Formats: sequence, structure tokens, C-alpha cells
Amino acid sequence: MRLMGRFHRHDDGTGHDHAHPGAHAHDVGDHSGYATGGERLEVLERIFDENDRTAAANRAEFAAAGVRVVNLMSAPGAGKTMLLRETLARLGGQLRIGIIEGDIETSLDADRLAGFGAAVALINTGDGFGGECHLDAPMVRSALPRLPLAELDLVVIENVGNLVCPAEFDVGEDARAMVYAVTEGEEKPLKYPVMFRSCGLIVVNKVDLLPYLDFDMNGFLRNLRTVNPEAEVLPVSARTGEGVTAWCDWLRQTA
Amino acid sequence: MSRFGGSGPSGRAVAVSIVETVHELSICSSIADIVTRHAAGRTVQVINVRAGQLRQIVPDTLVYCWGLVSAGTPLDGSRINVEPVPARIRCRACGEVTDVGEVPVFACGGCGGVAVQVVSGEEFLVTSLELAPQPDGQGSPDQER
Repeated sequence: MRLMGRFHRHDDGTGHDHAHPGAHAHDVGDHSGYATGGERLEVLERIFDENDRTAAANRAEFAAAGVRVVNLMSAPGAGKTMLLRETLARLGGQLRIGIIEGDIETSLDADRLAGFGAAVALINTGDGFGGECHLDAPMVRSALPRLPLAELDLVVIENVGNLVCPAEFDVGEDARAMVYAVTEGEEKPLKYPVMFRSCGLIVVNKVDLLPYLDFDMNGFLRNLRTVNPEAEVLPVSARTGEGVTAWCDWLRQTA
Repeated sequence: MSRFGGSGPSGRAVAVSIVETVHELSICSSIADIVTRHAAGRTVQVINVRAGQLRQIVPDTLVYCWGLVSAGTPLDGSRINVEPVPARIRCRACGEVTDVGEVPVFACGGCGGVAVQVVSGEEFLVTSLELAPQPDGQGSPDQER
């Protein structure tokens, strides 16, 4: 068998082109794993293209309805839903708010938000292949018919609790905010820089617990600054209400 | 209720246990769409993917998820090859280009300025496919004896 100067790839992942006839014999060693004589087809297509096109369509629809959209992200248990409850209790009379609630399997979070006068559209990401760890633009798009967009001022998208995946997916939002609990430690900005970089506002939640923790706020802020020097930071306790007014003011300015 | 048990589709319990923390699975679906369209029915052997450091792709997980997503499809048996690209920033003040590094620092290595622009590390694309030879293609390997 002769290789006609075609690209081929070895099992160890290296590839090369045999444009050097006779440089080494091809009957040496096991060549059964080779893909030979094939053709390399250039593609150069961005993997998020489809998501980003749908995100642009979402953004256009939000803009046409005159509604501003905040994508709210965090690790599981940082307190997004509790903060939203407190937000709806305070802003419900002033802003017409819709919530898009991403949850892997349950309606527990959506249930906690019921009764506050907001329109809530739940997306269970557990459909399909076992559940997604984030909301993407098509998922958010699927929720839009269930919200009266034209009647709303602000939509908050409560993303799936996760510090990695949600940061990757533009869903058509105007702003990104993150809830970070002081129980998560100081070093997370360095471990999840993409998430921390992608947010304009970091709500540092559960500050009522600070007396009981070794959390070093200055260390956290220093770590945050190394990955996102421009982020706004708001210390908040959704439980005691500390800082919640400042968060509501931020939302009002965004809306 | 456990989602780690046998209730998942086709008994892919292992896959179900990881999808809640990784996005590689849905990414593989996007890759499959792109590859299927470009391959136009030809057999794909290798898919070359370029992934910037800031895309948070774990190559081994991507390879594993690809096996799950491609199983039973025309792309079954194809392999993903990931080319990682380190993250680099350029300082808006002094122009210096700095590696962000493994423990990421988004500040200029020259002047320490934090007004920086990411110049690499955010790319994420299918760069090329390696296709199997077509059965009746020209240049048969046996033409010379």
C-alpha cells in the first residue's frame, strides 16, 4: 500500500503529511489504526453560532417589547431564589416583573416565587438527555410565549445553579449579575474566572453570616479584581434585608 | 429521587450523572449539527476543534460526550481532536501582550494595568474534518505494484 502524500493521523493524536517520499517505510509497525488516503475538509465554523443567532433574536424581541433583561447566575444554594422573593416583595408595586426560572427537574424554585404578582415561566432543563446545567438561548426562547412581554418592564432570568456552564451561553440578556455567598470562600473568582468576568454586578450574599465564618472579604475582592476589575459589588443579606434596597436600585436602573 | 439510577434513556446512567455539571454534552450536539452539514454524507474520521482556555472545555469530557452523542448516528466511530489555545490579553495602555496563566490574572504583565483586551482564548470552533477516502475515488492506493 502506498500513501500518496496525504494527511494521516496516528492513534496518539499526532498527525502529519507524507509529502516526503521514502522518508520512512510504511511496512514498519502497526498501521491498522491509520486513517489514510482521506481528505481534510476545512470548516472554521463557530460552535456557538446557532445559540448566538437565537440570542440575537431574543434580544430583538425583548427590545421590541420595551423590556430589559437580567441574567442572574450563581452556584447552587447561593440564594438567588430567596433574593428574588425579597426583590418581588419590594419592587412588585413599582415594576412589572417577569421571571424565567431555569431548574433541572423541579418547580420548587418557581413555587417559592408564586404569589408575589410576577409572571413566572418555568423551564425544566431535565427534558431530553438527562438535564442541562445551564440555560441556552433556544431554551429561553421557548419560554417567551408564556410571558406577557409587552406588559413587563423587567425580566429576570434565574439561571441553573452552576459556576461554569451558564457563563458560556448568551441568552439575549441586557445585563448579567451574579449572586455569590460568603460561604463559598474567597478563591472562587480564580477558579471560575469566566463566570466572574462575564458579570457586571456581583451580589455578595449571606453577609449576616460573616461573624461566624473565616471569610476574608478583602481577599475575595482582591481575587475578584484580578479577573474582573470593573465589576460592581453589593454586600447583601437576603435574610435580614441588608443591602436588598441597593440591589433593587440597581435593578431599577437596569430596567 | 436519584437521577443516577437506571431511569435514564438507554441506561446511560454514567452520562446522566455528569450532564448536570458539564456543558460539553450540549456542545457536542452543536458540533454534530455542524459536522453533519459539512460532511454531506461522507464518513468522518476526525473532527478538529479549537478551544480557547476561557471556553472552559475539558478535552477528555468533550471526547467522552462525543462518544455518547455520536453513538448510533452516521458519526459513530469518529473522533474529536481538541487543539487548546491559551488565554492572552493585550494592555490598552502599553500594548504589552501577557499570558493570563493557569491561575488567571487579567492584568498587564508589563505595567500592571487592568484595562486589557482578551486577544486569544475565547475561540471555539470546528476547524476541519478528516474524511474517509471515497470507495471509488481516484488515485487508488493499489495503482502501483
